[in-house]
Amino acid sequence: MSRDDVNVVWLGSPTFPKAAHDALQDTQLRRNLKHATTTIRDKRLKAVAELDDWETLREAGSQIKDRVMRHLDEYLLQLEASVTAAGGVVHWAQDAREANAIVSKLVRAKGATEVVKIKSMATQEIGLNEALEDDGIEATETDLAELIVQLNDDRPSHILVPAIHRNRTEIRDIFKREMGKHGIAAPEDLTDEPRALAEAARVHLREKFLRAKVAISGANFACADTGTVGVVESEGNGRMCLTLPETLITVMGLEKVLPSFSDLEVFLQLLPRSSTAERMNPYTSLWTGVTPGDGPQEFHLILLDNGRTKTLADVEGRSALHCIRCSACLNVCPVYERTGGRSYGSVYPGPIGAVLTPQLVGVGTSEHADSLPFASTLCGACYDACPVRIDIPEMLVHLRAKVVDSHRGGVPKPEALAMKGAQVVFGSPRRLAMAERLGAMAGRFVGIRGGRWLPGPARKWTGARDVPVPARESFRTWWRKAGRR
Amino acid sequence: MRVALFITCYNDALFPDTGKAVTAVLERLGHTVEFPAAQTCCGQMHYNTGYRREADSLVGAFNDAFRGYDAIVTPSGSCGGHVRHHHKTETAPNVYEFSEFLVDVLEVTDVGAYYPHRVTYHPTCHSLRMLRVGDKPLQLLRAVEGIDLVELPEAESCCGFGGTFAMKNSETSVAMLQDKMGNVRKTGARTLCASDNSCLMHIGGGLGRVKSGVRTLHLAEILAATR
Repeated sequence: MSRDDVNVVWLGSPTFPKAAHDALQDTQLRRNLKHATTTIRDKRLKAVAELDDWETLREAGSQIKDRVMRHLDEYLLQLEASVTAAGGVVHWAQDAREANAIVSKLVRAKGATEVVKIKSMATQEIGLNEALEDDGIEATETDLAELIVQLNDDRPSHILVPAIHRNRTEIRDIFKREMGKHGIAAPEDLTDEPRALAEAARVHLREKFLRAKVAISGANFACADTGTVGVVESEGNGRMCLTLPETLITVMGLEKVLPSFSDLEVFLQLLPRSSTAERMNPYTSLWTGVTPGDGPQEFHLILLDNGRTKTLADVEGRSALHCIRCSACLNVCPVYERTGGRSYGSVYPGPIGAVLTPQLVGVGTSEHADSLPFASTLCGACYDACPVRIDIPEMLVHLRAKVVDSHRGGVPKPEALAMKGAQVVFGSPRRLAMAERLGAMAGRFVGIRGGRWLPGPARKWTGARDVPVPARESFRTWWRKAGRR
Repeated sequence: MRVALFITCYNDALFPDTGKAVTAVLERLGHTVEFPAAQTCCGQMHYNTGYRREADSLVGAFNDAFRGYDAIVTPSGSCGGHVRHHHKTETAPNVYEFSEFLVDVLEVTDVGAYYPHRVTYHPTCHSLRMLRVGDKPLQLLRAVEGIDLVELPEAESCCGFGGTFAMKNSETSVAMLQDKMGNVRKTGARTLCASDNSCLMHIGGGLGRVKSGVRTLHLAEILAATR
């Protein structure tokens, strides 16, 4: 992957249906995904059922996020003041290029050529690792799943479990083949036992933790009133990054700010249950600026826009920015379950990716991004699972309308013509009745073929499904003939 | 109570028997129903595919056709859900999905039906998550005489229809369909029931293609069946 390859979306990504085609052929991938999503779905339901005020919490989360969006400018300025007062340095980055340049400059100023990283969606979004590599700096992912993906020069396929598409045997092979090229090699006799795999990663990473002068993290939350930044994780590798090195650089999307420290109460209940189905995640690290003699002595917070203020401007679409990256929507999505995350061609896969990605890169700017809002049956499972009640189905149809509107004018596509035609037919009951009679006639020809074959675009239906043969007599005709009123 | 039938465009053209069954059940329960002939389509397909402008032009006509009725009953959770959620008109709140109307408004669960077969029920996404009909269709089915009602594994998983999704993302749609069909076959049921013919058209089209011997039937048609 080159640095131009990564900026929210992966350059050259095909449209969703094309990418899904490849994923659907991969039976191992589908088995891995089915197993993983089904397991976590059931666990999440149990974890959520333990709280009798779950719906109230969701509503609270939704309202806090709503308030953040309405007053984002004020909260960000307050955050900047609090972080500065606590001894940190705040940087503002308008896009990926700016953010990467700031990080690179800070790392070089420390004379470092390698950094450790704790899994962060924001740095993936801006392609930080690739940008650093171009500047001669090696970044090592320390989240276990992220490390697996990085070692294999692969792409993550899940927000929380980036290597969800790999099974244990595949992971063992990746470790044996790649670890030695980047540091301490995996043992020759490595098995695919989880304990052995974890130990190999531990040995490999420990050396890097102890040597690194600079660490880079994302942020789950940042409190405007106190300047406290927080990261939640499961393995403790994040905490190693956040506490051992001399310099800590945090790259955070603008929308992660919370009004106050007390808001964490709501989100620290919502996030672990929704993401890993745990009552509490094993490691919650909170830091406020710098503390002399304890932890990193230099702290930089980079506030990243990269399409967020543009998204904020769309009142109907902005709640995509409420997302706390728990991935509950991925785990319940029937489309994600079959296609996996890489089909979405973006660092943000699944239902939330389908609404966030097109907005960050701009609706109507590429065929790929425009295909994402259509990658859903609108079944609504994501809305029910979302801990901050993002109405993803409603936003999907909102973005579909924006996609369609961006293509209005010029020569209409067959679909637009069909929709217009249907509108004309449905415009009057008389025209509809006539169309039904024609359909019934045509239907008898289809019926001769047993409903198995239709020409043109309809073949997409008849490839695997019979078509219903239109009734000889429509309901309305039956009703009229029966002399009913 | 003035009750109107909202039969929906595809039920009208493709599945008229469902409308006849709804009529039969309501009349058996002693109610008079009307079919406002001016009705055409609620515009859901347009709306969900992104053609909002085209959809909007159908909303006024829908409202005109159904104005003045106390209840507008439809055998489609999907179309009913669309009208209730997206039509900002006076008629929208009066729209009821068939099972909702029977259980909530008429307060009936036993409609005097007889259907001596093994049946499994697929709760369609829009009746489940948009209209929140819950187990009302199952309450109605459980009261059917002679029925052998079996639970569908992974019942709440989407079948993969999704309107134009079935064409735009046909391969993913078919992958979802195959899992749904596998679950249906596990039950050993000879009839798959749902309260929406659009999902049934998709699942039934798949079951027909592989000659599974499982028939798909709308809830209303089972409830209309008698000895």
